[in-house]
Amino acid sequence: MNKRSRLGAFLVLLVVCLVFAGCGSKKESAEKGGTLEAIKARGKVIAGVKYDTKLFGLKDPATGKVEGFDIDIAKALAKKILGDENKVELKEVTSKTRIPLLQNGDIDLIVATMTVTEERKQQVDFSDIYFKAGQSLLVKKGSPIQGLQDLKGVKVLTVKGSTSAKNIREKAPDANVLEFENYQDAFTALKAGQGEVLTTDNAILLGMQQQDPNYVLVGGNFTDEPYGIAIKKGDAEFVKEVNDLLKEMKSSGEYDKLYEQWMGVKPE
Amino acid sequence: MTGKFDVNVLFNHWDRFLEGFIHTVESSIIALIGSFILGTIIAVMRISPYKPLNWIGTVYVEFIRNIPVLLVTFFFFLGLPSLGIPIGGFTAGTLGLMVYTASFIAECVRAGIQSVPFGQTEAARATGLTYMQTMLHVVLPQSIKIVLPSIGNQFINLVKNSSILAVVAGLDLMYYADLINADTFLPLTVYTFVALFYLVLTIPLSIGVHYMERRFSSTDR
Repeated sequence: MNKRSRLGAFLVLLVVCLVFAGCGSKKESAEKGGTLEAIKARGKVIAGVKYDTKLFGLKDPATGKVEGFDIDIAKALAKKILGDENKVELKEVTSKTRIPLLQNGDIDLIVATMTVTEERKQQVDFSDIYFKAGQSLLVKKGSPIQGLQDLKGVKVLTVKGSTSAKNIREKAPDANVLEFENYQDAFTALKAGQGEVLTTDNAILLGMQQQDPNYVLVGGNFTDEPYGIAIKKGDAEFVKEVNDLLKEMKSSGEYDKLYEQWMGVKPE
Repeated sequence: MTGKFDVNVLFNHWDRFLEGFIHTVESSIIALIGSFILGTIIAVMRISPYKPLNWIGTVYVEFIRNIPVLLVTFFFFLGLPSLGIPIGGFTAGTLGLMVYTASFIAECVRAGIQSVPFGQTEAARATGLTYMQTMLHVVLPQSIKIVLPSIGNQFINLVKNSSILAVVAGLDLMYYADLINADTFLPLTVYTFVALFYLVLTIPLSIGVHYMERRFSSTDR
């Protein structure tokens, strides 16, 4: 090993140490008391949300505002805890970054189209379900197709290599599945009459239904991938706070109002 | 992982590779014959002394040749069904391929026709043949020999361009390759085999072009 590479290795080590030191101190501060106390002391809720997901959390490029169903739930939480729905700070997360950010204490909770799974329950705690996500079918209004049972020999459109493609082949083996490059292409093909059904997650289909109300979801969900709000593991107090909020929103009708505002339909 | 090369992919997914390959061959052959006939008709129109025909031929070549093949295909795939003509991805892709390639073939054939000395046409017309008869029996047979190599090149392009079927769910080689890749996560392996499948079709064409080039250059005149 020559001198230069040794110096390089030392520098890398130094950087790594500094990074870990930074993480460590953050963790400590967040662990003092529960998340609820931390929010009250700070005077705002820090919510990890998506910036790129229609209906749930989408940044409007014109105004720079992030809007969606997830965002409004985070706002409702701020209102419940701090009495002001504007006392919420949004942080962009992706499916990859959200759990580490929560565990580091960078965010108080994840409201980011996150499906509750057993695997994830090992790492975080989940609130009650706030959106029943799952794969569904989109058809033209008035179509005779009303569910999986009607798909025999029918052209069903979806996206290349997606889980949706695998699921539909399993659940409707007699359907003629055609796969396209992306959802927009598949929707265009559906509109052009290149197939009778488009299948994928209901959240994406609801967005398409809003884009063109001549198309509607039918048959409900045939897979179960419900969304929950993720909270740091072991913080039972905060889980209860979030669950109470969801219950209150549901009994007051606020949940239904928000759901209809974003999804364009009433919750099931 | 994505860089790993796994020969078993070919055997495990042989059915889909083969189905895709057969569709690619079918589409190529139909488009090849169709574009050759259509291209020749367009070329004859383009140099026809009758103005309206001439005009249609010129517009066809200049319009189709200068837009992407994908766009021509989308016209058939998305446009025709919304006009009430239901055609699927395979048919739309093949039509797109045919119409697009015909514009190039038309230019090759036109160059070939124009390389036949004009005296031949004059002589044929003087014997009482009509314009169509002159073309069919005197000019085209001579010019086809001249242009076969360049038409062969267009056919090679056609086979490669047939991969646009993948975008319109035309069930061709490329379409199935995308699906196999999504299942195996071995893009290097999958697309290498796809390349080999295409070479099986294009290399004989390429050899044919070379053969024709040599043969016609040595025996002509």
